[in-house]
Amino acid sequence: MLLEMSANAFGDRIAIGSRDGSGVSYRDLFENSGRAAKFFRDGISERVSLIDTSSVALPVALFGSAWAGLPFVPLNYRLTEEEIQALAGEISPATAIVNEITRSGVENIAGFKCVSRTEFMSTYQCGDVPDPDWEMDPEQIAILLFTSGTTGAPKAAILRHSHLVSYILGSVEFMGAGEEEATLVSVPPYHIAGMAALCSSVYAGRRIVQLPNFDARQWIDLVIEEQITHAMVVPTMLSRIVEELEKHSGVDLNSLRFLSYGGGRMPRPVIEKALRFLPQTNFVNAYGLTETSSTISVLGPDDHRSALESKDKIIRRRLSSAGQPLPNIEVSIRDEEGKILESGSTGEIWVRGEQVSGEYLEHRTRVTDEGWFPTNDGGFLDPDGYLYVEGRMDDVIIRGGENISPGEIEEVILLHPQIKDVAVVGIPDSDWGEIVVAVVVPSSKAKLDMLEIQEFVRGRLRSSRTPDRVAIVDELPYNETGKLLRRVLRDNLSSSSLDKD
Amino acid sequence: MEIRAGSRLKSTVCSTEVIAVKAPDGEIDVRCGGVTMSDPSSPNMGNGAPLEEADGGSLMGKRYVSSDETLELLCTKPGAGSLSLGDSLLTIKESKPLPASD
Repeated sequence: MLLEMSANAFGDRIAIGSRDGSGVSYRDLFENSGRAAKFFRDGISERVSLIDTSSVALPVALFGSAWAGLPFVPLNYRLTEEEIQALAGEISPATAIVNEITRSGVENIAGFKCVSRTEFMSTYQCGDVPDPDWEMDPEQIAILLFTSGTTGAPKAAILRHSHLVSYILGSVEFMGAGEEEATLVSVPPYHIAGMAALCSSVYAGRRIVQLPNFDARQWIDLVIEEQITHAMVVPTMLSRIVEELEKHSGVDLNSLRFLSYGGGRMPRPVIEKALRFLPQTNFVNAYGLTETSSTISVLGPDDHRSALESKDKIIRRRLSSAGQPLPNIEVSIRDEEGKILESGSTGEIWVRGEQVSGEYLEHRTRVTDEGWFPTNDGGFLDPDGYLYVEGRMDDVIIRGGENISPGEIEEVILLHPQIKDVAVVGIPDSDWGEIVVAVVVPSSKAKLDMLEIQEFVRGRLRSSRTPDRVAIVDELPYNETGKLLRRVLRDNLSSSSLDKD
Repeated sequence: MEIRAGSRLKSTVCSTEVIAVKAPDGEIDVRCGGVTMSDPSSPNMGNGAPLEEADGGSLMGKRYVSSDETLELLCTKPGAGSLSLGDSLLTIKESKPLPASD
């Protein structure tokens, strides 16, 4: 529906690809999607999957599935063969677009019809275009996305057309983008931000440029070559981009008007450096979950700049916040019994709005009768309504009966000039139940002293927040979309013998 | 006619087409150019002219809502007629563009 409108209004405009003339127009994208829909409607497949990197075939698969009335299920191609097989089993019977690496793992699964990207492209590039006979049933499932499962087994979050349409119509002006605008998508297809970027860009009429395997140097080169105006990155990507900009002074990314980030906690030093390296760029911090059709809260460009320049601690601190909720979204902070807490108190973040799904395949919905979705993220609202996200509720450390949020300690440790990255986790302890362990990554060559780090925290937070132990490592375990794997870290720590201070 | 979210409607007097994003239960009279809109599959579409009191036109990509916001239509093809629920004209519901969050 969204794509048909764009194809009718601006058929010749380039929807996806390079500005050198090789790109695909909205009309072509629409016709390709129609032919793809015909291919997907084989009478057997109940879903369409894609186990491959981003390519021009991705939007065709997404919009073709919608046209055919089948849910689109992009899977993480980086998972192990066994993990992919388990997820594939859950979504069979399905047509799957695969690559040489992922094909072998899934081609023998019952009900799985595998096609390579090239085979898929040849089916949709020629032939008759069917009539636009799609039905828009708002209750139909548009996308199934497996959550990253940092705290447990991946769950398939259900996004119905009603959720996505509500998000897009509420936040994107139809064909609101100028013809020169282009967005660089470097998040993978199986990430909600990747899906949201395709839908928003198509509806706004903004050209999409894809970077399938993120690399900071290539990202910078593409911004310059393609005169990119908009981009979205996860924190680890921004951190690498900043490192690259530090190495090569004089790189000019003046086409880049908007740079948004989300998907994990952004270390304050990284965003501060980024703001200084890219003085003409508008920064946007977008907080959202797969289950909420992407963004629910935004820290806008003006908030970034005023926080960077402010002397006021409260305003400066906003650089670490997720900004204010969108107009169509309500946010409240609740205690364990679901009672609303006043501003400043930390609890679980609950959200409500038409774009919020909160339902999972084969699992129940997590949404309350009143429409509230408990996100399992902890955080608080300040008196001006700025939302601070402190991490997953499951990651809260309970030390001697006191709830301690790792995010609060991590933020302080990151202010230490010799520390590049940190994770704070709780590990089991016979005295305290759990103790606080800070795992730190020193910046190059820095010699770090455990006592110094403990002192550093003690001077800034309540004494219970002082790490009981400090471990120094070369790097922290992240998944490829920049989410810290705390579970892995905890398992490693519990099984290894740490030096006690 | 009865309309539900997802229903598509065509004007009988101009080129306007809409899709319902939200609709109240029961029979309602959605008009374009002052004349009741019809199912897109029915013949004789887009001929004639809008009535004088309803010739303000519809705009592509805009959302139109009734005064109580129980009916919301998305204009997928623009035309010369104005959209109304019975006699009362629908108004444009502005989206609030995000500062490009994705």
